[in-house]
Amino acid sequence: MEDRPLEYDYTIAKLFMYSTIVLGIVGMLVGVILAWEMAFPAVNTMLGEGLAEYTNFSRLRPLHTDAVIFGFTLSGIWATWYYVGQRVLKVSMAESPFLMFLGKLHFTLYMVGVVLIVGSLLMGITTSKEYAEFEWPIDIAIVIIWVIWGMGLFGLIGIRREKSLYISIWYYIATFLGIAMLYIFNNLAIPTYFASDGIGAWYHSVSMYSGTNDAIVQWWYGHNAVAFGFTVPIVAMIYYFLPKESGQAVYSYKLSILSFWGLMFVYIWAGGHHLLFSTVPDWMQTMGSVFSIVLILPSWGSAINMLLTMKGEWQQVAESPLIKFMILASTFYLFSTLEGPIQAIKSVNALAHFTDWIVGHVHDGVLGWVAFMIMAALFHMAPRVFKRKIYSKSLMNTQFWIQTLGVILYFTSMWIAGITQGMMWRAHDEFGNLAYSFIDTVTVLHPYYTIRAVGGTLYLVGMFIFAYNMFKTMTSSERVDESELQNATPMGA
Amino acid sequence: MFHWLEKNPFFFAVAVFLTIAFAGLVEILPNFAQQSQPTVGTKPYSTLELAGRHVYIKNSCNACHSQLVRPFKAETDRYGHYSMSGEYAYDRPFLWGSKRTGPDLMRVGNYRTTDWHENHMKDPAGVVPGSIMPAYRWMFTNLADIDTAYAEQITVKNVFAVPYNKPLPMKDGSKEVVKLADSLSGAHASALAEAKLVVADMNDKNVKEMVNNGQIPEIVAIIAYMNSLK
Repeated sequence: MEDRPLEYDYTIAKLFMYSTIVLGIVGMLVGVILAWEMAFPAVNTMLGEGLAEYTNFSRLRPLHTDAVIFGFTLSGIWATWYYVGQRVLKVSMAESPFLMFLGKLHFTLYMVGVVLIVGSLLMGITTSKEYAEFEWPIDIAIVIIWVIWGMGLFGLIGIRREKSLYISIWYYIATFLGIAMLYIFNNLAIPTYFASDGIGAWYHSVSMYSGTNDAIVQWWYGHNAVAFGFTVPIVAMIYYFLPKESGQAVYSYKLSILSFWGLMFVYIWAGGHHLLFSTVPDWMQTMGSVFSIVLILPSWGSAINMLLTMKGEWQQVAESPLIKFMILASTFYLFSTLEGPIQAIKSVNALAHFTDWIVGHVHDGVLGWVAFMIMAALFHMAPRVFKRKIYSKSLMNTQFWIQTLGVILYFTSMWIAGITQGMMWRAHDEFGNLAYSFIDTVTVLHPYYTIRAVGGTLYLVGMFIFAYNMFKTMTSSERVDESELQNATPMGA
Repeated sequence: MFHWLEKNPFFFAVAVFLTIAFAGLVEILPNFAQQSQPTVGTKPYSTLELAGRHVYIKNSCNACHSQLVRPFKAETDRYGHYSMSGEYAYDRPFLWGSKRTGPDLMRVGNYRTTDWHENHMKDPAGVVPGSIMPAYRWMFTNLADIDTAYAEQITVKNVFAVPYNKPLPMKDGSKEVVKLADSLSGAHASALAEAKLVVADMNDKNVKEMVNNGQIPEIVAIIAYMNSLK
């Protein structure tokens, strides 16, 4: 075999890069609309009374969460998989027509799924379970899409040249297995149309589990959809892209083993922390609380491993906006994996549960960690996939600071809002009566809801800058060949 | 040991799966061995109530309202007795929610009335000044899906043995039977009879007229559902 670098095929990676950008904007735009609706309820009828059913908060809310999780994040995970997979396994997609076919089928069915999901959620077709709102026909479609990805994943591993699986591959495998298990069991339901000999809506179903059991299964899923969608595959990305971009070797192999297996074992137990003081058995609540604290270890293991990878090379953080994105992402990972366990302590949870503090926690994790890492990955991939330099370094810097400011406004306002509301709910006067009516605890939040909406809007502005920078990079930036590249990503002005 | 595993994707995947599945097996299976036992006074939903529950779900009311009263003085003062597991025995899916942008609704039937809900759903801020809840005026014209509610009742009765048409113990020692019609037209008739009781306390002329004509708007169903939450 002649001695030249392998030509990787990025056809599928490109498709998922486009969908990451488009669905990211859609999901975050809907989120910004929701934020303004909470600050100024008149926004609910912004398109008039006639369309209020489709623009009000309650219809858009599942659309926001699902667009960000199953649109933006999943697209990002797959865009990076179809790039990283080939490179660390030292095999090109082009070598196997079957894998190429699977990849194209994967993307096409995924797009069909996206359209079905957006349509059905706007019509109010939902099971009500968070991040599992889809009715059974869409669930079946999602399982098929997932299995096709799995075949592609293990297919590529099957024809690999590099025998040892790099750390990132461990995490992609775990993402595939974890989500498959959780998604299937949580969505088990009986279609009522078939069980009643053809009465009513054909797509309607009723959950296999009732009441408390349903809640246990849902939060076993809900919490770990976060684990295997927002943590595991994002760690896969940073283990590949940070060393590649910085030219530094991963700090510790042992630490990566410890945190991988630790995360796999511990994460699932922590789901119970969503159900503290509910009617699920006490021992399960306690396990949820305790394992949430234990979870700090493997989470911080990965985050510290990443930060120490930069040892001796910290000047890169100042020089390269791309490294900045990744370092801020790992810092937010450190921060939100400490905040989560704090909220899972029973006495803290008594205050925090049901308040905006939880919403704040989700968003510092997703905006600060997940989205920053996905955008950094796309920035690293673009010159290698499109063979053009990044269009503008200064736009990257601008985007970085606007979005960082947006995240900070978001989580600080939600901390204050959540703790304020939690304290007001429980306040009693000197005679032991409740000190505030419920509406008092709503009106007091108006300034914080406004600040949050501003923060979210800033983040969305950053997304548009990102999209513009990527668009120019793909279409009109200066050409560059991968052989000219050192480690760091080539940048324009 | 790990180097060996990292070169064998199959065993690696098996090891990962076992590690992930372990917690679920330990936590979930034991509770499934025990079926949810309903508490005394807990009844399955009537056709109209269930249709109302579907309206509640269709509009993601659970995105802002919980149905879970935690065992704290501040919560029992505000919402009533704390929640008990058996009260949810017929809830498929559960609707505990995860965020209280608005108040808990677990026992809203104890302290809100039909006409209160009617006015509130039309104009929340008119009833509760400062409210940030949007209005739900389309519920006054959209029709409730009685067919699907009936289909779900048949399903849970056949598959999960939900006790329709059986005497159930109530808190005052009496017995009550939640009837399930044996045909779709029977289900429509009983839902309409129930809707007429709700509408008697409402003011909206259109809604009254629709029910007189045998149609059931979503608002009637969801009020019947919320009145059943006690």
